[in-house]
Order: sequence, then structure tokens, then C-alpha cells
Amino acid sequence: MTVLIKARAAAREFAWLFKGVMGENAYQQYLDHHRSIHSAIPPMSEKEFWRDKTDRQETNPEGRCC
Amino acid sequence: MSEKHQDPGNSGTDRVQSAVEDSDVLVQDPDLPPTAVDAEVADAEERRWTPAKIALWAGIALLGGVSWTVLAIVRGETVNAIWFVFAAVSTYLIAYRFYAKFIERKLLQPDDRRATPAEYKADGKDYSVTDRRVLYGHHFAAIAGAGPLVGPVLAAQMGYLPGTLWIIFGVVAAGAVQDYLVMFFSMRRGGRSLGQMAREELGMVGGIAALVATLTIMIIIVAILALVVVNALGESPWGVFSVAMTIPIALFMGVYLRFIRPGKITEVSLIGFVLLMLAIISGGWIGGTEWGAAIFGLDRVTIAWGIIIYGFIAAVLPVWLLLAPRDYLSTFMKIGTIVMLAVAIIITRPEINVPAVSEFASRSDAPVVPGSLFPFLFVTIACGALSGFHALISSGTTPKMIQKERQTRFIGYGGMLMESFVAIMALVAALSIDRGIYFAMNSPVAATGGTIEGAVAFVNGLGLTGVNLTPDMLSQLASNVGEESVVSRTGGAPTLAVGIAQVMQSFIGGSGMMAFWYHFAIMFEALFILTAVDAGTRVARFMLQDSIGNFVPRFKDTSWRTGAWISTAIMVAGWGAILIMGVTDPLGGINTLFPLFGIANQLLAAIALAVCMAIYAKKGSFKYLWVPALPLAFAAVVTISASFLKIFSPVPTVGYWANHFAFRDALAAGEQSFKTAPDVAAMEAVIRNTFIQGTLSILFVTLAITVITTAIIATAKAYRAGGGPSMEDKAVPSRIYAPAGLIPTPAERALQAQWDALPEGKKPVAVRH
Repeated sequence: MTVLIKARAAAREFAWLFKGVMGENAYQQYLDHHRSIHSAIPPMSEKEFWRDKTDRQETNPEGRCC
Repeated sequence: MSEKHQDPGNSGTDRVQSAVEDSDVLVQDPDLPPTAVDAEVADAEERRWTPAKIALWAGIALLGGVSWTVLAIVRGETVNAIWFVFAAVSTYLIAYRFYAKFIERKLLQPDDRRATPAEYKADGKDYSVTDRRVLYGHHFAAIAGAGPLVGPVLAAQMGYLPGTLWIIFGVVAAGAVQDYLVMFFSMRRGGRSLGQMAREELGMVGGIAALVATLTIMIIIVAILALVVVNALGESPWGVFSVAMTIPIALFMGVYLRFIRPGKITEVSLIGFVLLMLAIISGGWIGGTEWGAAIFGLDRVTIAWGIIIYGFIAAVLPVWLLLAPRDYLSTFMKIGTIVMLAVAIIITRPEINVPAVSEFASRSDAPVVPGSLFPFLFVTIACGALSGFHALISSGTTPKMIQKERQTRFIGYGGMLMESFVAIMALVAALSIDRGIYFAMNSPVAATGGTIEGAVAFVNGLGLTGVNLTPDMLSQLASNVGEESVVSRTGGAPTLAVGIAQVMQSFIGGSGMMAFWYHFAIMFEALFILTAVDAGTRVARFMLQDSIGNFVPRFKDTSWRTGAWISTAIMVAGWGAILIMGVTDPLGGINTLFPLFGIANQLLAAIALAVCMAIYAKKGSFKYLWVPALPLAFAAVVTISASFLKIFSPVPTVGYWANHFAFRDALAAGEQSFKTAPDVAAMEAVIRNTFIQGTLSILFVTLAITVITTAIIATAKAYRAGGGPSMEDKAVPSRIYAPAGLIPTPAERALQAQWDALPEGKKPVAVRH
């Protein structure tokens, strides 16, 4: 049983890591940050956030190496 | 607090950094557990050598020693690929544990009590504290692309040993050091870019030279990467179809993420991956039909124009539509295929039947890339050993996401070790194919005539020991990989694809799957390169707009459509012209242009290391100046001597100008054909191309000497003054904690437990699990 639980935890850890590397957790990070600054302005919705993210990339391109 | 601390500003002009001063500012919040492991505890932990630890490191050292002995000294008929893996991994581990640690202790002295830009500038977007393992993957995906896959393949002509030695020891002493130092210094400066640091540290002249160098280097790098793709896709309907399909797939992914399921990146990447596999499989069917071959069997000039037009459109289209989704797909493939290749090589362990040091190591007339081992081995393999381009990623993007200062060793130094490992695997894959086939694939059309008979005659005529190429071998291979011909498929990508296909088919699928694996490999190399072309064009466009903006202020407004289009068009025209030149070059584009790629990349490395040297000197400590100075000296000697050979060598195959004048004289003498140029038009093309290549060489070497000289002057000035002004941001106390390396030490775990025990309300926001 414990092997199964451990395997499940490892799989979850891997999924978390993989999503992190792909950049999927960016919205969650933004929400965490927003909560921590106790802003009066409500946070962007998920759709707004991703739009804003790619739109900002428009003027701030990230380099990709060879 | 002492009273002498009176300059809290970060203007930096009269502030000399010292640890004593920092400790005045870095007052720990009494309500929180310590934000760093106590220095003495950490030190004692590192210096305590338990028997288990001694046994572990002795074992690693022994494995490394045995592997290097097998590779370098034992001369058998063949050598097993597994020894390359062992030699690489054990050397990396020792370098990471001892040399990187030494640099950390003596040179950089990271302080986890200091907040990183991700913490003190947090905005939840660009500046965002990111888990170290996630950031490692991020950083790796940003630095590694097709470069480490291509260079080692071309350098395999010199035998397996020179390339292996340079990739492994180069990364340990130069490449990883550069990435680590640049990342750390940029992090201490709020994530400033290399260009900004060069200007601050080297002054006006050095700064401008660094900017011009970066811009021209980006053009050259994008052009030659595009050339690799064109060479891989020429006359290959299957390849053209499957690579072209990545565009509609990316568009679909972009629309999906924008309108259907925003933020579901992994999900859409999986869908994209499945579609990509379908594109590869259906490419085989379509390429086999008459109409498919007619539509997608394009010649190289047409493909080059296609990429140029595509490059312009991709750079002006909205990011969400094409660039962002293709980047996700590329990251997904990068991680997946590299893991797959490593597993395949370890499981299949191919035997390598190539001499340690080949006949071409000491000659300058090798058919793949001309020039003697020194300096041309060191410019042929840039990415994977020392890549200046990384300095652009290590400054800017990644430093804005680092959680704790001490993690830079893992992410900066460790990230580059992983790229080096990719290069070693590419080398192994290229070495695993027959040497005769290798030379038939990589010699220019001018040598082989582009026919099987011509290739067989040329390769067998090289007089290489153990090489006996037959026409059957080439036609059999071509039919196995589903291509019309494999002769003179230069550029490295097709050779690597054959190598990967051979390794993979013995792992999964057998010889029936070889064509699939070949096109799979071509497709992912093309995907990486096209992503780099897009991103490179965009980054260069902003740099250009910023530079023109100094004269025409309106260009600084990046939302001004006309300005953006003009700048994009200039950049695309720049790399497009070099690409067309390479594709139509009668001498074979890769053969003449690839050295420029390496020289440009190493030159950027020299610039980055020079900036690092000046920064370190200004700290007022010179004892360990050799850490950046040694690789700087090496990169400088390599790039400058390679450039000088390209400019001054009297051997026409090596020197651009020697070739230029040889052809000019021939034309003036009224010759109708000369050497590899069959007619007057081709002779004129050679004269034009060698002129451009020669001019670029002169430009590069002048810029390099300028930047290095300004860095040496800045360093000497700092030496005389006993230091210099620090441009670091003001130290801010940290309020978060995280371990430094991949695996936490016992002391780090104990501290983590204290943080975990904090009541929920008191916990400062950190990375969520």
C-alpha cells in the first residue's frame, strides 16, 4: 500500500514539476502574489491574465537560444 | 547598526560593496525563522567527510578515471558509447561539487539573507519567485536548442576524442562558468541585461561595441541555423510537409489557448504533440504520392525564401497566435526527446567505430568544415561547451525568477552542464553511423557531385583507414529513412537524424521504424530552430529599434506599427541575405559559413566573460580573477586566431580573402570556370560571398578586440584603485527560505521544517506546492 501511495505522490510531484517547466502555474503564482500584497483591486481573471501575459510578451520577447 | 552606513541608495557611484556593510542592512525579521542556513553550520556540513560520502566521491572519481582511460588511452577496434556517458556524468558531478562550489565560496559569495529581485521586485509576472527545480527546467529549455545537436556532428570528422574533451572540459572551465557568473551578476543588478551591464561596467565605447556585436551576432546565428533547416529539408517532400504542418498546429494551439481553454498549456501541448506525430506519419504517405512529391519536393532556394517570408510574418503576427504556442510545443518536445535519447543510448549502448583522433585533426583540408584542429574544433563546437548566446538568457529572463541567491549554482552552472550532456549524446549518435556514410552525407555537393557514384569515389578517395563505402550502403540508407538521397545532406541535422534513427530503431520499432525516427528527428530540430529564428528576430528587432531610437526618437515607441515593421524587415533582410548566400554558395554554405557561426558565438562569450571579469575586479578582490580571465583568454585566442586565419590564411579553403582573390584573378584572366565554380556566374557568386564573409570576419574581430581591451582597461583601473564602484542593487533582507541545490542537505531540511511549522497566517507567500 505504502508503495502505491509513494508512487502516487511521485507522480503528482512529476506532474507539478512538468507543468511548472511548461509555465502552466503562472496564473497561480500571480494569484498568490496578488493575495500577498493585499491589493484593493481584484485580481485579473484567468482569461484576462493569459491575454495580458502574451500581450506583454509582444514588447518583451524572451530570447531562445540555439 | 553602525553610523558609517550612510548611502542606502543604489546609484552605486561611491559605494564599494563589502560583506560587512551588507550585514548592517540585512536585519532578520525576528518573527520568522532564519532565511539562510547559518554560514558556520553550512560550512561544517560541507567539510565533514563521512565514510559514506568519501566512498561515494571516490567511486565517482574512479568511474570517471576508468572511463577517460578507455576513451583516451586504450586503443581497441571499437569503443562503447556508454563510456562517453560515464566520463561526462562523473566529470560533471566532480566539477559541480568542487569547482562550482569553489567559485561560489571564493568569488561570488552568495548570501541567502539577501532578497533576490524576484522577491523584492515581485510583480507576480516577470519578477516572480520560482521553485529552483522548475526554474532549472525553464532555463534549460531557454538555452538548449539545435546548437548542441549540430556542432558536435560536424566536429566528428576529427575523430571522437577532440570533440569529447572540448565538450566536457570546455563546459566545466568555461561555458558553465560564464553562465553562472553572468546569471549571478545580473541577479545582483535586478535582472539587468548583458548589454546594460557592458555599458555600465565598460563605459561608452565598450558598451556600444558590445551592442553592435550582439546585434550582428544574432543575425549570423539566425541565418546559419536557418541554413541548417534548409539543408535538412531540401528535396525532401516528407520533411517539408511535416515541418510545414507545425505552423497550422501552432495556430490551432494559439486559438485554443486564447479562446477555448486559457492557461491549459500542458493539455494543449499534448494535443499539439499528437497532431505532430500524425503530421510525421502522414508526411510519409503524402511524400510517397506523385502530387505530394510535386507540391512539397522543393529545392533549397525556394525553401530558403519560404523561411524568410515566414520569419517576417511570424515576427509581426501577435505573439499569442504563433510564437507562444510554438514555444510551448518546442519546450515539450525538447524535454521529451532529450530524455528519450538519453534512455535509448544508455539502453542500446552502440559500439563506436571511429578513430579517437582522425586523419583530419592535423590537416586543414577536411571536407566537412575546413581548418586545423586548433582553433577550428573550438569554433565548430560552440553550443554545448561555451556558448556566448547563453549570456543573453542568463541575464534578463532567468535572474528575475530566482528564489534564493545560492540557487544560482544549480541553475546557472548546472543548467549548462545539462546542455553539454545533450552535446555529448549528439556526438555519440553521430559517431554511431558508418564513417564512410558520415563523409558522404557531410561533404559538399562540390566534392561529391551530389550523386551516389560521385560520393563513393570521393569518400573512398580520401584514403581513410577502415572506410570502404559501397553504392549499396548509400542507396539502402536512403530507402530506409524514406529519402530520395542522403548524399551531401550537409548541416549536421540529417546526419544526426540518421544517428538518432539508428539508435532509436534498435530501441523501439526495428528497421521498419527508421524512416519515422529520421523524420521525427528532423522535425524536432526544425522546430527548435524555427522557434529560435522567431524569437531571435523579435529580440533583435527590439534592440535595433532601441538603437535607431537614439537618432530617430519615434523608433523607441515599440507600439508604433510602422517602426516595428521597418525594424523587423531590416533584421529579416539581414539574416535572409546571408541565408540565400549560404544556400546558393558554389562552395557549399555550411562548409564556408559554419565557422562564422562558432566565431560569432564564442565572441559573444568573450564579451560576457570580459564584463564578468571587470565586475569582479571592481569588487576589489583579485586573487581569483583567473576564474573568468582564463576562459576569457582562451575564448579570445580562439576567436581572434580563427578570425585571423579566415582573414589572412593563404590557403583558399580556409581564408575567405585568399579565395576571394584567387577567384578574382581567375575571372580577370578570362577563365570560364574555376575550381568548384562551373561558370562565370558561379565565380562571381564566390567573389561576392567571400567578400561578405571576409568583411564580417573583420567586423567581428575588431569588435571583440575593442570589448576585451575596454574590459582589460576597466580591470586594470580597478586593480590600481583597489576596487571600483559597485552597480549592484541595494541589499534588501529576504523574508523567504528555500534550499540551494537539487537535494536539500540535513541542515537545510532542518531549517525547512522550522518554516513548515509556521502558522499559516504568518507564512510569507512563497512557491506553492
